[in-house]
Amino acid sequence: MNSDPKLERIAKGNALALCATGTWTASFAPVLERMVADAEKLAGGPQSIFIDVSEVAKLDTFGAWLIERLRRSLTQGSVEAQIAGLSANYSSLVDEVRRVRATPVVETSTITITGMLEQIGRTVAGVGGTVAGLIDMLGAVLAAGMRVLIHPRSFRLTSTVHHMEQVCWRAVPIIVLITFLIGCIIAQQGIFHFRRFGADIFVVDMLGVLVLREIGVLLVAIMVAGRSGSAYTAELGSMKMREEIDALRTMGFDPIEVLVLPRMLALVLALPILAFLGAMAALYGGGLVAWLYGGVDPEAFLLRLRDAISIDHFIVGIVKAPVMAAVIGIVACVEGLAVQGSAESLGQHTTASVVKGIFFVIVMDGVFAIFFASIGM
Amino acid sequence: MAGEIQNPIIRVRDITVQFGTTRVLDGLNLDVKRGEILGFVGPSGAGKSVLTRTIIGLVPKVAGSIEVFGVDLDSSSTSQRRNVERRWGVLFQQGALFSSLTVRQNIQFPMREYLRVSQRLMDEITMAKLTMVGLKPEVAERFPSELSGGMIKRVALARALSLDPDLVFLDEPTSGLDPIGAGDFDELVRTLQRTLGLTVFMVTHDLDSLYTACDRIAVLGNGKIIAAGSIADMQASQHPWLRQYFHGKRARAVMS
Repeated sequence: MNSDPKLERIAKGNALALCATGTWTASFAPVLERMVADAEKLAGGPQSIFIDVSEVAKLDTFGAWLIERLRRSLTQGSVEAQIAGLSANYSSLVDEVRRVRATPVVETSTITITGMLEQIGRTVAGVGGTVAGLIDMLGAVLAAGMRVLIHPRSFRLTSTVHHMEQVCWRAVPIIVLITFLIGCIIAQQGIFHFRRFGADIFVVDMLGVLVLREIGVLLVAIMVAGRSGSAYTAELGSMKMREEIDALRTMGFDPIEVLVLPRMLALVLALPILAFLGAMAALYGGGLVAWLYGGVDPEAFLLRLRDAISIDHFIVGIVKAPVMAAVIGIVACVEGLAVQGSAESLGQHTTASVVKGIFFVIVMDGVFAIFFASIGM
Repeated sequence: MAGEIQNPIIRVRDITVQFGTTRVLDGLNLDVKRGEILGFVGPSGAGKSVLTRTIIGLVPKVAGSIEVFGVDLDSSSTSQRRNVERRWGVLFQQGALFSSLTVRQNIQFPMREYLRVSQRLMDEITMAKLTMVGLKPEVAERFPSELSGGMIKRVALARALSLDPDLVFLDEPTSGLDPIGAGDFDELVRTLQRTLGLTVFMVTHDLDSLYTACDRIAVLGNGKIIAAGSIADMQASQHPWLRQYFHGKRARAVMS
């Protein structure tokens, strides 16, 4: 029953009849559009124009609109094109289409050099806003913390414990595994290169200082930013999208106190624990490789380790952990609460949360390095 | 069920759907006639949405067969199935608009996938669809998060209609709308059914919709169709749930 659509021209003196036949539906749209565009060139010629649709086998919105488009463009000045032979089935569809005002769509997204420069400018200017947002959130969290200190009953213990389980307990296996492997690699590389100078034993010094001061905490913080920071952003973001945060507010709860504070607290408690476990796993892995690959037996390793490192190295490492946790948590919560209504926005903010979290962790590490160097630790 | 319907657009036979050990649909039979608006009612949790989702293939069934447009959906090839999917439109309860696309892009999404149509024609058809569902052209460039609940339903309907389907599934189209908006929506469904020759499968709770929009009503209970027929048949039925539904306080208020 689907037959190719046609538009035949029958001229009668000063009048012109356009006979539409066949199937005028969406699947023939390219053909139909071309035919209609051809017929539109007739505008301004004949005195009266009829579009005869009595032979149309099938009509849908696409076909009806194209006939209407043809009628509109053939109607010029005193000449008015008429649609004739409309069956009862299709007349309401054509009437419906006739009500449509064809407003041209404004295309807004054109890529220009100035547009790109403007985008760069806005992004740079936005950096200040980002920092202000982080400081704002830090203040709000501290204020909420003070309120909880004054009214300890409003502290959400269950929620905090739940988040501790999520970010600390459940993270232990993967953190321990990865830091163990990193410890192994550091030791292997150290032994391989130090052996040329006959300085195998110094690998213990390198491993101890590196793991306790820098790698242990930095690596764990980066992993936590990827693992828990992104989860915080996604959780808060989807709550924001579904108006759950507005619902909390209208019930008289402070979202910072209910949602952000337990998460922050859990993270600040979790990161030092994870950093400690990570450092131990890395030392263990390094020791194992030193023994099996480098021939440094465990007793010699421990003896050397005791000489090489002091409690200062450990303190330098572990002091950084809660600060880094706070930075990760604040970035994640700010991004989560900034999510707008769309799925795309959720994705963007989750990405931004991880990227900014890792960036600020590394910046903080640099600041700490300068600080500890100047106080001689 | 009273009488076999000749050449139905949807033919559901002995459908059983189970979640774990709970049997939601239990040997259910249903026919939908070409060109009718079927209202589908039943108590909350009876499985109305489950049946809709089973027919459109989102929920797996344990037993039974479903034919849509005369094609058995279980034994059909991928291309046959795509062909069937092209000919139906679905309006989800929450609208299910793509949140990262504008209204215009949402409506054009199926066209882009299935048709080879110029951008100009797509834009014009989008405007036509928006006019049909009673929205202003300005709405086209907005994002779903910037729309009201009623507008979301209308845009979702426009998207469901964007390929000029023969069959539309509406899952509680008037829930969450104010009575005037709901009345307009019923009117709209009626008009569209007339102009486009649609068959409408409508899950609803709204008594007004049943009275004003539907040609036939099917009632779901205990995993089966307990009654199907015109509104007069429903009122005459002696089934306890139906009596309560059609003779309760709210029903009397609607009828008077």
